[in-house]
Amino acid sequence: MTSTDWPLWEVFVRSRRGLSHTHAGSLHAPDAEMALRNARDLYTRRSEGVSIWVVPSASITASSPDEKDPFFEPAADKPYRHPTFYDIPEGVRHL
Amino acid sequence: MKQAPTPVPPAAGAVPTAAALALGDDALVLSHRLAEWAGNAPVLEEEVALTNIALDLLGQARFLLSLAGDEDELAYLREERAFRNVQLVEQPNGDFAHTIARQLFFSTYQELLFGQLAAGDGPFAPLAGKAVKEVAYHRDHAEHWTLRLGDGTEESHRRTQTALDALWRYTGELFEPVEGLEVDVTALRDGWLTLITKTVRQATLELPTGPQAGAWTAGAGRQGLHTEPFGRMLAEMQHLHRSHPGASW
Repeated sequence: MTSTDWPLWEVFVRSRRGLSHTHAGSLHAPDAEMALRNARDLYTRRSEGVSIWVVPSASITASSPDEKDPFFEPAADKPYRHPTFYDIPEGVRHL
Repeated sequence: MKQAPTPVPPAAGAVPTAAALALGDDALVLSHRLAEWAGNAPVLEEEVALTNIALDLLGQARFLLSLAGDEDELAYLREERAFRNVQLVEQPNGDFAHTIARQLFFSTYQELLFGQLAAGDGPFAPLAGKAVKEVAYHRDHAEHWTLRLGDGTEESHRRTQTALDALWRYTGELFEPVEGLEVDVTALRDGWLTLITKTVRQATLELPTGPQAGAWTAGAGRQGLHTEPFGRMLAEMQHLHRSHPGASW
C-alpha cells in the first residue's frame, strides 16, 4: 500500500491553552484515529501542542486565487473598520 | 551519545546491575530494530511514528545502561553473550505485521512492568514513572495497527495471524523473574494476557495456542543466549564504534 491510497488530512494544533488551533500542515492516514496519531508524531513531538484537530482535506472549501480581488481588495481602503480609526473622547470611562 | 542521560535523579541505594542491564538491553535492542525501518517504512507517516518510538526506547536504554556502567562501552563493546535482552526484541522486523505484533507483545508488557515499578520506591521508580507515559503511547500505536491489520484485508489478516503465531513462543520469557527487579510476575502475566486477548479478539484474530517458550532451547536472552539474527544485528550496530574506537562527531 502506498500513501496515495490514503486520504489527506489537514492538521490543526493548539499550542497553548487559550490560543486557537492553527493550521500546522497535512498528512496521509487511513482514518481519523490514525490521522490523529500521525499528527501527534509529525507535529507535536517537540512539545508544540496541547490539542490537535484533524480534518479531511476534502471537507475544506477554500477561496480560490481568482476570487482574490473581489474577496479581499475592497477591505484595503476602509480604515474606519479598525478601532484605531476612532479617537476616544475624553471623559469616557469603561471603554 | 554525548549528551548526558535523561534528567532523572540518581536512584538511592545500590542499583541492581543485572536488572538495569536486562531492561536497558531490551530497550536498546528494540530501539535498534525499529530504527531499521528508517527509509524503509511503508509510508512516511509510519516511518516517523516508528522512529519516534525507537528514540523513546533509546532514551530509556541510555538511562538504564548508565546505571549499570558506561553506556557506550556497554552498547558497543559487549559480545553477543553478554547482552541480557529477551529474545522477543531481537527478532527481525519481518513484514510490517511482524513489527506490529512484536510491538504489541512488548509494549503491553513494558507498560504493565513500568506501571508496577513506578508505584514502588525502588531504584527504577523515577525512570518508570516517566517512561510509562511514552510506553502507553507505544501500546496504543500497536493496538490500533493490530485492529486495522487484523480486521483489514484478507492478506493483512493472514499476515498478522502469522506474525502473532511466529512471535508467541518468545513471550514466555517476558515473565521470567529478573534478579533485583521487584515485580509481581504473576500479576504482570495475567494483566498482559488479558490485554493481549482483548486486542487480538477485537481484531478478529486468534490468540496463538502454542507454548510461550521453546522447551527445546538451552536457555534464553536473559541468560545471554540469543537467536541467530541477533549476531548480525549486533555486528551492524557495533561496527562503526569498533572500527573507529573513541571516535566522536
